[in-house]
Amino acid sequence: MPGIEDLYREIILDHYRTPRNRGELPPPAVSCEGNNPLCGDDICIYLDVADGVVRDVKFSGQGCSISQSSTSMMTVAVKGKTVAEVQAFVRRFKHMMTLTEGDDEVDQSINLGDIEALQGVVKFPVRIKCATLGWNTLLEALKETQN
Amino acid sequence: MVGTNTAFDSAVIRRDFPLLAKEIDGKPLVYLDSANTSQKPNIVIDTMAKFMRESYAPINRSAYTLAANATELFENARNAVAKFINSNNSREIIFTKNATEALNLIVNSWGRANLQRGDVVLLTHMEHHANIVPWQMLQQERGIELRWVPLTSDFQLDLSSLESLLTGVKVFSFTSMSNVLGTINPVEKLCAAAHAAGALAIVDACQSVPHAPTDVQAWGADFAMFSSHKMCGPSGLGVLWGREEILQAMPPYLGGGNMISEVRLDGFTCAELPAKFEAGTPAIAEVVGLGAAVEYLSSVGMANIRQHEIATSSYVLEMLTSRFGDDITIHGPRNPELRGATFSFAFRGIHPHDLSQVLDQSNVCVRAGHHCAKPLMKIIGANATARASFYLYNTTADADALADALDSASDIF
Repeated sequence: MPGIEDLYREIILDHYRTPRNRGELPPPAVSCEGNNPLCGDDICIYLDVADGVVRDVKFSGQGCSISQSSTSMMTVAVKGKTVAEVQAFVRRFKHMMTLTEGDDEVDQSINLGDIEALQGVVKFPVRIKCATLGWNTLLEALKETQN
Repeated sequence: MVGTNTAFDSAVIRRDFPLLAKEIDGKPLVYLDSANTSQKPNIVIDTMAKFMRESYAPINRSAYTLAANATELFENARNAVAKFINSNNSREIIFTKNATEALNLIVNSWGRANLQRGDVVLLTHMEHHANIVPWQMLQQERGIELRWVPLTSDFQLDLSSLESLLTGVKVFSFTSMSNVLGTINPVEKLCAAAHAAGALAIVDACQSVPHAPTDVQAWGADFAMFSSHKMCGPSGLGVLWGREEILQAMPPYLGGGNMISEVRLDGFTCAELPAKFEAGTPAIAEVVGLGAAVEYLSSVGMANIRQHEIATSSYVLEMLTSRFGDDITIHGPRNPELRGATFSFAFRGIHPHDLSQVLDQSNVCVRAGHHCAKPLMKIIGANATARASFYLYNTTADADALADALDSASDIF
């Protein structure tokens, strides 16, 4: 059995206890809901994109330490990035979570920073969906901004 | 195998369940997820293996001796199940894929034949998705109305307005015991109220049949269903019990082999009960295994199991409350007589997923999530809960191990 310390790294617990960018954004920011039907967790991502750049991002909802901290770290990382940079960043993250096949489109030079701490989740396959919930919801929100 | 003695000892019982002796990383397994699915005793495992080694053959359709013997073993199991729930006769026992399929059978066969736009079906706020979604599917198709019995603040059904809720109702379908709250419902009273209103009474008995004596005739129900895998039997098998005259009047659900007496190019004639509702080759070895499971449970004594779980509930409620006080919230009745030994709880604000992950480090197996009862979860104000559920093989040591593991969760969060 993998050690629990691989899962609950200090940086993860820090973001869980003190989530960053928690809250809502009014329109014209788009909002998108994601949920994990297995456990009932839900997350709402608020995304303000202007001129192809993420000006602001916030999140609300309920979930476990992994889904909440992963989403919190994600919001910190993507704020100020261009849409293309965000998409590449998400691909890099999902590749780390072993969810994308092949390396072709993944830019390994992208530095995930603190988010690397979530790599331990891969040892607990049931929790990968928790870690990626916010990220998949972000992708949906990005699509909304492009509509 | 345990004898018919009344000296019930779960520490002895658990020796009948080989998996409970398993250790992971040198620590014993603490299995507290029996409301989800139960572990299997040797007698069930051995009976199924012996059947497949020595007696396996098709049932109902071949003349040779091997097949005739397999059919007899299969039907013996049906008789054992009928006796176990005091069914009037074994023609009223229909084997299905699971209890969910049994509910879908009723909705699709009886429901489609008898419910039209505007007809009312009464459910309760504590139902499993299996007793909600099939009705909602019929609602989408037919425009039937769904009504709901609400809960009281102490997690019972609020029956104060039952009579008016039942006005004009065609079906009252309810659980005998909540898989989330542990609440045991007054089944006889609810069936009588349904009948007084001219409604059919359907009992989702999945959580009670494994844990307490069942007498469908004393209940006065019209239908009941339960799953093999929650009562020490194999998975992939459910049981639908229905009153014979109602089953007789119903159209078939699945069509195919075994359920017909005649097929012509221009039509078919249904087989007699129970074959009419058992299309295709059934779960043969599983049914034989379920037969062994009900014999096992009967030999232990269902009344003994119920008494054990009342005692377990008393112990768990007192112990968790005295150790953790306000740090633990148990979503369910406090009176052990009114509940089964299934406890959904919130603990020190730790998310149930995180809680179950940490408990797993101590090999304590609990369920975390919405327990396939999302409407109920919303009503009790929880997105998810952790749930520890006890059975005949769980001891107070298992409860203590749960509490010790909860303590360790506090250290992390």
